Amino acid sequence: MSTDWPLYEVFIRGRRGLNHVHVGSLHAPDEQMALRNARDLYTRRNEGVSIWVVRSDHITASSPDEKDPFFEPSADKVYRHPTFYEIPDDIPHL
Amino acid sequence: MNPEQDFSATIEADRRIEPRDWMPEAYRKTMVRQIAQHAHSEIIGMQPEGAWITRAPSLRRKAILLAKVQDEAGHGLYLYAAAETLGVDRADLSEALIAGRQKYSSIFNYPTLTYADVGVIGWLVDGAAICNQVPLCRSSYGPYARAMIRICKEESFHQRQGYELLLTMMRGSAGQRGMVQNAVDRWWWPSLMMFGPPDAESSHTAQSMAWKIKRHTNDELRQRFVDMTVPQAAALGVTLPDPDLRWNPERGHHDFGEVDWSEFKRVVGGDGPCNAERIARRRKAHEDGAWVREAAAAHAAKASSALPEDRS
Repeated sequence: MSTDWPLYEVFIRGRRGLNHVHVGSLHAPDEQMALRNARDLYTRRNEGVSIWVVRSDHITASSPDEKDPFFEPSADKVYRHPTFYEIPDDIPHL
Repeated sequence: MNPEQDFSATIEADRRIEPRDWMPEAYRKTMVRQIAQHAHSEIIGMQPEGAWITRAPSLRRKAILLAKVQDEAGHGLYLYAAAETLGVDRADLSEALIAGRQKYSSIFNYPTLTYADVGVIGWLVDGAAICNQVPLCRSSYGPYARAMIRICKEESFHQRQGYELLLTMMRGSAGQRGMVQNAVDRWWWPSLMMFGPPDAESSHTAQSMAWKIKRHTNDELRQRFVDMTVPQAAALGVTLPDPDLRWNPERGHHDFGEVDWSEFKRVVGGDGPCNAERIARRRKAHEDGAWVREAAAAHAAKASSALPEDRS
């Protein structure tokens, strides 16, 4: 029987009000052990109040090879940014 | 831009290479070797101090030492995780360590003869490691740089606990002060060897600097460590065992004696005081843990196959 434990990616919420952020990965036999190992490995000094673990092979990622065309649609739409619009200086609160 | 130009431009602009980016095969290989060797050092590094956990003189010192050794395990795991982003497997790396195909820092092949060694390792060995590692927080390989940031934050506790331990012993009996001096005498030169061979003999330095996976040369970092350590030794009241060590006002640095590089080569080559013992211990821990890995995997397999029935 194979004893190669699957790889899990670990995400930590540093404190209330913040997003979970990716901090690294680890091997574990199952989800519950992955959570416990993540606690021991990534939160030895109060780095987190909440942990997510997800199997690495369950993540779908954009490919770096296609990064330019993939993100290209957002590059030519300057009118999505507030600085695109000229407003006279003397108009308040805008 | 083709992938190779993209890689060079990223390095040139001081941005980070990420796991799925194209990278030259030699860069990938060098990073795997560097990260794996570092990971192995953390794991083997648990042994010299781990030997003193049960013999530390108070509950407070035991708790501190336990936390420190636990950190070394954690550092090893952060680094194995970083190495795995390059497409290697942690199990294979551990296998390579046990089989002697990959190296770890030669400093861990020296024995810890007295409890004062715990303090001197924290002060000198971890101090030298910090000198080496702080610039690596800017390594061009993203996952390694991020792991190094976590590690450096934690190493600072390691160095301070060591120095505080030594300060306490230096306020003790003549016998305790003698233990500290004796430990300094034994660890000083091996600590200087941690920075690697002199620049003139370091074959990888030029390429590693170009790739920005090494930010300073071995000799630069060694000099920085000596300059930092001399005033700390004076405050502690110990003598660093080097008759040639003195301040050079013209250079603005301390001059120091020649490291015995034949000893370094001998220990790296496998003939240090504890090389065989360290690997044997690591191998035994791996083999003794086999049943735990098998049981956990069997439990996970059973639990996941039982799941559909539970839901029906």
